[in-house]
Amino acid sequence: MKITYREAVRQALRDALTRDPRVFLMGEDIGRYGGSYAVTKGFLEEFGPERIRDTPLSELAFVGCGVGAALGGMRPIVEVMTVNFSLLALDQIMNNAALLRHMSGGQFSVPLVIRMATGAGRQLAAQHSHSLEGWYAHIPGIKIIAPATIEDARGMLAPALADPDPVLIFEHVLLYNMEGEFTVPEADIAHARVRREGADVTLITYGGTLWKTLEAAEALAEDGISAEVIDLRVLRPLDDATFLESVRKTRRAVVVDEGWRSGSLAAEVSARIMEQAFYDLDAPVARVCSEEVPIPYPKHLEEAALPQAPKIVAAVKALLPKK
Amino acid sequence: MTSGLPVPYQRDEALVLLRHMLRIRRFEEKCAELYGQQKIRGFLHLYIGEEAVAAGAIPVLAPEDALVCTYREHGHALVRGIAMNALMAEMYGKREGCSRGRGGSMHIYDARTRFYGGNAIVGGGLPMAVGLALADDMQGIRRVTACFFGEGAVAEGVFHESMNLAALWKLPVLFCCENNLYAMGTRIDRSESQTDLTVKAASFGIPTRKVDGMDVVAVHAAAKEAVAYVRERQSPLFVEFQTYRFRAHSMFDPDLYRDKGEVEQWKQHGPLHTFTDRLKAQGLMTEDDFQRLDGEVNAEVAAAVAYAEQGGWEPIEDLTRDVYTPP
Repeated sequence: MKITYREAVRQALRDALTRDPRVFLMGEDIGRYGGSYAVTKGFLEEFGPERIRDTPLSELAFVGCGVGAALGGMRPIVEVMTVNFSLLALDQIMNNAALLRHMSGGQFSVPLVIRMATGAGRQLAAQHSHSLEGWYAHIPGIKIIAPATIEDARGMLAPALADPDPVLIFEHVLLYNMEGEFTVPEADIAHARVRREGADVTLITYGGTLWKTLEAAEALAEDGISAEVIDLRVLRPLDDATFLESVRKTRRAVVVDEGWRSGSLAAEVSARIMEQAFYDLDAPVARVCSEEVPIPYPKHLEEAALPQAPKIVAAVKALLPKK
Repeated sequence: MTSGLPVPYQRDEALVLLRHMLRIRRFEEKCAELYGQQKIRGFLHLYIGEEAVAAGAIPVLAPEDALVCTYREHGHALVRGIAMNALMAEMYGKREGCSRGRGGSMHIYDARTRFYGGNAIVGGGLPMAVGLALADDMQGIRRVTACFFGEGAVAEGVFHESMNLAALWKLPVLFCCENNLYAMGTRIDRSESQTDLTVKAASFGIPTRKVDGMDVVAVHAAAKEAVAYVRERQSPLFVEFQTYRFRAHSMFDPDLYRDKGEVEQWKQHGPLHTFTDRLKAQGLMTEDDFQRLDGEVNAEVAAAVAYAEQGGWEPIEDLTRDVYTPP
């Protein structure tokens, strides 16, 4: 059966609402409007305004309200329309959601799920094209997940909700319309996955760039280069073991990340490989990230700013001995 | 400023309120002293001068109600019933502290009394309080969430966002604004175009009260009415307690932004001595009674210091404990 990523997220949410009366949704335009990415269309009618709460444009307050509701025994799923607006809620995410458990000496856990769209590629210009999941992955106390596949979009919500600590879910905007065969959902929020096996180089990525990376791996295969593709899935805590095992096998790594290069998640992954697998490497770890510019509006400039399959192919070829 | 109306209590009830204020005062005086000895480090924000607010309002709450406070919360914690020993141990950063020493002065937490901090970001507690009330509302539990914050928080966007949300969704939050006139060193009329804070709350359709926060009798009476209002109607209420802090903002603050004369003038209305005087004048208490009470409180403080001194340090191996919930 073929479904879209949007439908997979939607099924996961409906499932959560059906199974647990403590679960409710809160966010901008999720109810009457149906969700800015149409994920929650029809939910208001199905579950009612108590559980499908349209909020005012008050990101800081409704995210903080989610923290409080989680403390109070509910299982809120807060939708911050996009990562771009999450900056308005950053204080509550960082200073309350993430810190509360440690700061209270373990007395208060915050079982809160925050969903948001992330990433560029729709010509939405600089303020609407951020990829800041790497920033969030900097913060101890929260978990960061980035479902890139239909299975993960369907499967990662339930364990996120079951987790006693805050989990932030980043859904790449370009994925909502992606169609795919729906199989059994993958259910953990702890492990990276090998999405394509290979022998010559390991490509490590997550979220929206997974598909560009797989495209690059396909192109490399045509040139006789066998690339293994790792989907991180969970950006905090990182599953080092899975990508290290692959890097030890292929002895080369390229990290692909839509975040800006400086201080990026790619930098973190690269450092971990260097720290733990330095002597297994045949070449320095390479990175393909976004150019360090605000993402521009015109299509050709936007494309030039973002990681693309040809850039990934070129980065891989630069690591391999000339044939 | 102090109403001077007769204290409408029996002796026992009056002494309870006095005791709350005295416990806060003596505890914090000791904290200031310990800070000088470097036993307590970091930021230390004293509540001295404002005791009538916590002492008068918090006993009105039911045990099942929730509290969200600020970084100036020692008084609230004490009145709420967090043991002075655990509180002092927290000031020291000891393992026996109510937050295992992890939080210190600004991050007092206690699950047993539903005390949700202790928040060191101005306004940071407001939306959390709204969420706690939302959880009650959705679960059909009729409780009150009391949210204390200073008038400085009113300048934050999150104040307005939270008030709106509480009013929009009719949530049982009692917003307790402790207006001590200064946001650190900035006096309210230098930072607010509208200095009548009740007007701001009223703009969200939230009913408001204005109370003399230096008078524990006035606070107590207002809190009774306010808590009952929120509990019965299950909708928000905003109370401005007009008060004044006698000490500097924190131990780092040289307090150069206000007249010594102004501070002295407010001290004339100090909540502790005015209430004591009234009790004596009405024959509800003698000087001996006061001395006996003060002696008991000082002994409790001394015991808390001893407890904290004897407390242990969290082992470094436990540094990363409780970043996440253990599986």
